[in-house]
Amino acid sequence: MTIGLGHYLTVAAILFTLGIFGIFLNRKNVIIILMSIELMLLAVNLNLVAFSAALGDLAGQVFALLILTVAAGEAAIGLAILVVYIRNRGTIAVEDINLMKG
Amino acid sequence: MTAALSNDLVLAIPELILAIGAMALLLLGAFRGEGAAGLVNWAAVGVLALAAWATLAGTGEAPRLAFSRLFVVDDFARFMKLLVLLGAALTLPMARSFMARAGAERFEFGVLVLLATLGMLVMISANDLITLYVGLELQSLALYVLAAFLRDDAKSTEAGLKYFVLGALSSGMLLYGASLIYGFSGTTNFVDLAATLGHGDGTGPAIGVVVGIVFLSAGLAFKVSAVPFHMWTPDVYEGAPTPVTAFFAAAPKVAAMALFVRTMISPLGDLAPQWQQIIVFMAVASMLLGAFAAIGQSNLKRLLAYSSIGHVGYALVGLAAGGLQGVRGVLVYMAIYMVMTLGSFGCLLAMRRGGQMVERVDELGGLSRTNPMLAFVLAALMFSLAGIPPLAGFFAKYFVFVAAIDAGLVVLSVIGMLASVVSGFYYLRVVKVMYFDDAVGPLDRPIPLPVRLVVTASGLLTVLYFIVPAPLLVSAEAAAKSLMP
Repeated sequence: MTIGLGHYLTVAAILFTLGIFGIFLNRKNVIIILMSIELMLLAVNLNLVAFSAALGDLAGQVFALLILTVAAGEAAIGLAILVVYIRNRGTIAVEDINLMKG
Repeated sequence: MTAALSNDLVLAIPELILAIGAMALLLLGAFRGEGAAGLVNWAAVGVLALAAWATLAGTGEAPRLAFSRLFVVDDFARFMKLLVLLGAALTLPMARSFMARAGAERFEFGVLVLLATLGMLVMISANDLITLYVGLELQSLALYVLAAFLRDDAKSTEAGLKYFVLGALSSGMLLYGASLIYGFSGTTNFVDLAATLGHGDGTGPAIGVVVGIVFLSAGLAFKVSAVPFHMWTPDVYEGAPTPVTAFFAAAPKVAAMALFVRTMISPLGDLAPQWQQIIVFMAVASMLLGAFAAIGQSNLKRLLAYSSIGHVGYALVGLAAGGLQGVRGVLVYMAIYMVMTLGSFGCLLAMRRGGQMVERVDELGGLSRTNPMLAFVLAALMFSLAGIPPLAGFFAKYFVFVAAIDAGLVVLSVIGMLASVVSGFYYLRVVKVMYFDDAVGPLDRPIPLPVRLVVTASGLLTVLYFIVPAPLLVSAEAAAKSLMP
């Protein structure tokens, strides 16, 4: 069996769905949310690189590199916000993020 | 330097001014230390004004592409950029006294606002899915930090964390959509996308493109906070420092709406039958949720958050209608909405009692006796947000509804008008508490001068807009025309 575009897209779709579910179903830890976000972005990268190879077009790989760069910055800012949050509340359990409701 | 590159750079002068200004002010702040906060704040206003002046160059010319067609400058971009720059430039001076009182007078505030505004300008001028993403992230990353700016305040950091998680989720969905659109059409450029997706051979677009459009609109709907992707808005608006909330409600919303309109009209314009139903659904859901969910709110910032969700719904009515009239409606709506919302948050910033911010509706009791002018302006803004003639908010709604009716979306407009009647309830409740309830006590004086100026200006614009409506309409019409193929 040859591995074609469809297989890559399927893996990426599964990873992406796992990422989304990781954000919504996880009740324990904010760090897991950060990991889920990375998972989503990597699924997108997989998509882009697979399409780029299938189309013979470089734009997809350029896009993927830019996403990698921005994801690094995003993770840095997310962790920084998490640090100030822990200093104030002393917890990173998802169910404790509830000061504002309604 | 080749002629082509210098030509490209000339088109990006407003962005370059903001980028260089932000870097220079960051250095200035780093060298001068915390004492530079005031200086950086005013210098940032200067940089924004300079960028606005540079934006005006070439008004009325045909759209021009730059940087290998990644970047487009047309009247639509100029109109929206001016709005965004105005929103940012008015927020900065208002934030000064607030931040000083909160013990958070740091020079990073001005720099972050400049960087966020730079991201918004790039978004507005995006002509490629890659530019779209990079601009959006530059804006979002700066905004996450701004939401958590009061780093010793539990609510502010929680708002930052929530905004970050949901913002990153929305970026992920937008990217997934962008990757599908790229894969099934073979290009990320808006011009090529319009050409590829346009000439249908009768079979319609590939299913992958349609799924991509759904994901892309979901990501964009997050950024404009349209239902069903609105859940972050009330929490973030309530938790973030009030000047930051004012900024959130004004500039990023206008920029995201500009991006939404450009993406839907310019590359995906020929697929209108595919996306129109999505937009109609979002518009109806946003208008209804904005109207009903705000009724039970006692916190003014939360109330304004739900009101902003509703207003995005009305603006989306114009986008659903599409065409020249619809886009003009959206532009007029966003301009008037920004003036009204900056004024409302200015009123919030003006109100302190015993050193505490006044944030609850019942704390407004008897404001008409203790601060008659402030009460009058806030009442005018509330009437205007509700859409009562002859205030500016009425005209904003009028133009989108006329466009919708002309486009045959009669049911949508009827739902919109009914929702605006329902939303009148909570706007009028604020007026009732101010004018008929018992006085709670006088507010702290004096109100900071920048806040007073912004409140006065937005009050005047809202009340007197009907005298000279033409300039806004004419420029919005020109801007909308430049977007049409």
